[in-house]
This record gives sequence, structure tokens and C-alpha cells, in this order.
Amino acid sequence: MSTAVEALRDTPFTVAGRTFHSRLMVGTGKYQDNETMVRAIEASGAEIVTVAVRRVDLDRTKESGVLHHLDPRKYFLLANTAGCYTAQDAVRYARLAREAGFNDFIKLEVIGDQETLLPDVQGLLDAARTLVGEGFKVLAYTNEDLVTALRLEEAGCAAVMPLASPIGSGLGLLNPYGVRTIKRRLKVPVVVDAGVGTASDACLTMEQGVDGILMNTALASARDPVGMAHAMRLAVEAGRGAYLAGRMPRREVAVPSSPLEGLLD
Amino acid sequence: MTDTIDVTINGEPRVVAAGATLLELLASLELDPRAVVVEHNRAIVRRPHLSGVTVADGDAIELVHFVGGG
Repeated sequence: MSTAVEALRDTPFTVAGRTFHSRLMVGTGKYQDNETMVRAIEASGAEIVTVAVRRVDLDRTKESGVLHHLDPRKYFLLANTAGCYTAQDAVRYARLAREAGFNDFIKLEVIGDQETLLPDVQGLLDAARTLVGEGFKVLAYTNEDLVTALRLEEAGCAAVMPLASPIGSGLGLLNPYGVRTIKRRLKVPVVVDAGVGTASDACLTMEQGVDGILMNTALASARDPVGMAHAMRLAVEAGRGAYLAGRMPRREVAVPSSPLEGLLD
Repeated sequence: MTDTIDVTINGEPRVVAAGATLLELLASLELDPRAVVVEHNRAIVRRPHLSGVTVADGDAIELVHFVGGG
């Protein structure tokens, strides 16, 4: 017999053999202060948090290191190659990130266009092949193109991360069909990365059946980042639950919910 | 004979003591070697080896760490 509790049962979210309890991953950039960031991450329930690799500020005009605020024993640090425009740069950043000593996961970004921050898929594939060959667990940020996603999987990526819409845009899920198709065709986890703006975007994205969502600006640029983090946590769970439950078919005509029998003459 | 050399650290010209190791360089910058990753002339130098690499005139050194990002 099916119960409500059973309906919520889910398979674990596993990437490269590692299982995580939350399907929501969050970034650590652009918060107005570190205390808000820490509280927002806490409220999001996320276990995987992304970080970037940058030069140390030698003059100490500001303390930019994120590890002063985040406990790496509590969170799984996923370093990114954000800001890289070539495969060589991305490989260089990935190697530096791994040397920091936390794990061999890398969120691979190779950007092809400064205005849209859309990925350079050729550079992405080149870097992915190199990094997989060096033993990295590559989570590749890509667009919603199926063929690129298939090539990234063939290259040995641990997860493929199509965008909902451009990084930091908050435009939401622009191509549900593309994302759904990638999820249907790939065996590795599909995590939507970038573009989610508010809770309904996150819910709609999870309803496509993807394995998770990674977001940053939607929390950091909300009026109340902690409140939005909580809303996103619920939205990801709701969207996942609705996907697992299976939505009703769409119909172009009305179908009455009340019986047609027993109506008065 | 000079007792200093010119190097580039994080893209900035710097004058450091001749004969300094990378570990001594980090100490002079008051950086905890556990909190930074060191790239020396484009090659990563692992923490245990920082005391065994001497900085030479003209070297390019990058000192990086994790910052907030998406």
C-alpha cells in the first residue's frame, strides 16, 4: 500500500561514487557579508558549496579567503574554474584547486563570451578530457545542448551541468525541453547550474527530473538571502517530489472534477 | 653582489632576499603555508617541498586560495 511517506522516498543523489543528502548546491560569491553567507548556506540545507580560486591579497586590505568562514569538515567544497576562457587556464586553475587538498572534484567552466558568460564547448571538452585523464571528478558547466552533454559524458565527466539561463541572470529555466532531454539521455547526474532566480524557477527545474540545482546569485542578491535560501530548499524538495509523483497529463479541454450523474433536472 | 632579487608575486614586482626558499617567502608575507597553494614558474610546489625550493631572480610566483564564488 502506498502512503504519503513512501511517495517521498527517493534514490540517493550520488556523484562520482559520493552520496549527498541535499540536491541543492550553493555558491559562496557576491554576498554582502560573510555572516549572511554562512546563515544562507545553513538555511539552504546544502552540503556542496562552490568556491573560486583567486590570488591571495598580499596587502591584506581585505580578508578574502572563504575558509575563514566555512568549515570544510561540514561542507563539501566544490572548486570552480570560473573566469577561465581557455582550456589551458581551466586546467591550471583545477590543478591549483586540487592542491588545496580538499577533494578532486572540479566544477569546470570554460567561458566563451564575456557578455553572456556562455560556455566555449570546444574548450570545455578539451579541458574535460585533460582533467578526467588526470583523475579529476569533473562536473561540467555547459549549455542545454544535448550533443555537447553527450560528448561530456563520453569524455568521462562525473556530472553534466546545463544552465537554466545565463549565469547571474535570474531568468529562470528558459529551455525545459533541452534540459529534460539531456536528463533523459545521460546516465551521469544532471545538475542545472545558473540562471535560477526564485523558488518557482527551482521547482520547475526539479520537475524536469534533473538530479539537482546549483545556484548562487538567486540567494546572494535576494533582499533576504537567508529567507530565499529556505524557500529554495523547499522548492527543490517540492519540485523533486512532484517529479517523482508524476504530474497529471496536460489537456486542452476542461474535465469536470465533480460527477455528471445526479444533477437536478 | 646584491643580497636581494627581483621577482613577480601575484603579478606584482617584489624585492625579496636572495637565497630565500618559498617557505621563507611565505613567512615574510605572513602567509600560512596550509592556507595557500604556491605556483612557481607555472609549476605547483607541494607543501612539503616549499622549504626545498629557492627563489631566483626573475621568478614568477602565484599564491592562491579559495574565495567566494559560484
